[in-house]
Amino acid sequence: MSAPTFDLGTLHGGLRLPILKDESTARVIQHVPVPMQLVLPLAQHAGEPAHPVVTIGERVLKGQLIADADGTISAPVHASSSGKVVAIEQWPVSRRLGENAPCIVIECDGLDNAVPLSEPIVPFEQQSPDTLFQKILHGGIVGLGGAVFPTAQKLMEATTELLEHLIINGVECEPYISCDDMLMREHAMEIVVGAQILLHALQLDHCYVVVESDKPEAIHALADALTEVQDDRIVIKQIPTIYPSGAEDQVVQLVTRKEVPTGGLPLDVGCLVQNVGTAAAVYDWICKGEPLISRITTVTGDGVAAPMNVMARIGTTVADVVNFIGGYTERAKQLIIGGPMTGKSVSTDRVPLVKATNCILVLSETPPIGTEKPCIRCGDCAQVCPVLLLPQQLFWYACADNEAKLRAFGLTDCIECGCCDLVCPSHIPLTADFRIAKLRMRELEDEKARAERARERFESRTVRLEREKLLRSKELLEQKQKVRKAGPEAIQEILERSMSKDNSESEKDE
Amino acid sequence: MWIAVVTITAIALVAGLLLSFASRRLPPNDDNLVSKVNGLLPQTQCAQCGYPGCRPYAAAVVHDGVEINLCLPGGEDTVRRLASLLGRDIVPLETSAGKNMSDSVAFINEVLCIGCTHCISACPVDAIVGAHQFMHTVLAAECTGCELCLAPCPVDCIQIRLAA
Repeated sequence: MSAPTFDLGTLHGGLRLPILKDESTARVIQHVPVPMQLVLPLAQHAGEPAHPVVTIGERVLKGQLIADADGTISAPVHASSSGKVVAIEQWPVSRRLGENAPCIVIECDGLDNAVPLSEPIVPFEQQSPDTLFQKILHGGIVGLGGAVFPTAQKLMEATTELLEHLIINGVECEPYISCDDMLMREHAMEIVVGAQILLHALQLDHCYVVVESDKPEAIHALADALTEVQDDRIVIKQIPTIYPSGAEDQVVQLVTRKEVPTGGLPLDVGCLVQNVGTAAAVYDWICKGEPLISRITTVTGDGVAAPMNVMARIGTTVADVVNFIGGYTERAKQLIIGGPMTGKSVSTDRVPLVKATNCILVLSETPPIGTEKPCIRCGDCAQVCPVLLLPQQLFWYACADNEAKLRAFGLTDCIECGCCDLVCPSHIPLTADFRIAKLRMRELEDEKARAERARERFESRTVRLEREKLLRSKELLEQKQKVRKAGPEAIQEILERSMSKDNSESEKDE
Repeated sequence: MWIAVVTITAIALVAGLLLSFASRRLPPNDDNLVSKVNGLLPQTQCAQCGYPGCRPYAAAVVHDGVEINLCLPGGEDTVRRLASLLGRDIVPLETSAGKNMSDSVAFINEVLCIGCTHCISACPVDAIVGAHQFMHTVLAAECTGCELCLAPCPVDCIQIRLAA
């Protein structure tokens, strides 16, 4: 077992937020029974949505592939239980843009019959990395930390000379959320073996498991598991609890003391970050043959009767999950999918639990948001920004729609953590403004690219038309010269011939 | 002291002569400016400004001092950007009837199309494909929605639709 260390890089800014996790970690993980109905969105991952491979009315089994990956960055979706596909339709979901998304709706038969489990690949040490990548690709495994980037693609992109460390991210810095904490406490072995699989697939021999120091139970469980497997490639690293140190680039900065460059990936400083949940999912798929069809979610907040962590099938609606734990309290007012800082408020509990759902937060009242006042340029936001931006300046340029300046001041580096919102004494919704500005920037970029293409096409057409005109005039000139050279008699003859042709044609017409 | 005065005067004289020669004889770098102006235009090539395309209009703005408020699809935004680039005053758009075409594309009704190729030769960005007596179709990704293909169509089979 390795001694926990506190030897870390520094992170600018950040906030010490109230933790609020005690209630949900008081109970062990409860298993939500298979619901009557499962709603499985086709896009539960970053990249192209999967395309359905089942038809309406078809019977499906637990673990059966129902939508396959489409394109290079995509992930398949599996049925979470057995039943009948009743619809493939728009359904309310929780996502950044838009309210609805295409989903496969399955009416469960309650039997929970499974397809024959996919052949587990044991021992995984004897497999080639490529076999493992392909296997992971088909397991529908995506990054469970929140960004839901397809894991197989992330691994394949990272297999370069540059790669030095694998970082298993167990940092859960947002208030309320405790699903990774509970996973580490109860399934530490799976995480450790998952990490071993990833190390083998990446041909690496160094891995940090990063955990906040205020999770002693999780650290203990991981340490016990490590003692058991006797693997000295894996080291536990403790970090202090400061929001947002659990974000990918921030973890890398803390652990390796290297800053991920602007617009770059952790790979640029030799790191690959995977969430603890992802590692456990990899273990389940490789060693047990179970695709990603369930996950642990924290259901918490003062709007639910009994806050706890539950293991639920992907596709269970939030209503079913909340019912299972005893329903809402009378005070429940607001439903947030995700944490209080980066989550999204939704208007209905019909939304399904998806691969990305790490928290279902029900609050008794909307956090008081003061009325927005003008920016007084106090600079508090710049002090807490973990990526060293100047939010007050960005806000200025976002209002003025000054794209060049926004770019120069690094808007694209904003990780949308929400720290600046929280400290702003004028209650300016900075993160929301930045999100809009980013969207606008992307739109402008698209428009520019489009205009550029139109310009090129127009110019090449102009050149072509000119060339054709030149060619025609040259041909005409040549013909004229030929005739002129032949002399007046020849011209007379041609004229006569054309006259007679005209006459004969007009006679024919008559 | 006199030496210094004479030297400085001589240097100033030589530099002045050089500069005046350069400004008279060397060609002005207008093309660069035309390209810059052209870069600010929306490239719909719709010819609503009265010039056969965006670049010709840009050239007219730079060389002939034509007003900068003729680009309807570009709207007020383009006028503002042009004004700040050229150091001119912001003027209101020529008419308010202009519309943003970037979100519309032409669509050919395949049933009605007779394959006359008139629209193909009218399209400023070569976004219509087809051959004589064969059905034509629009490359939606390349179409700028300029509506120049509408007028020449003898059977009115082209519609302008919202881009998907």
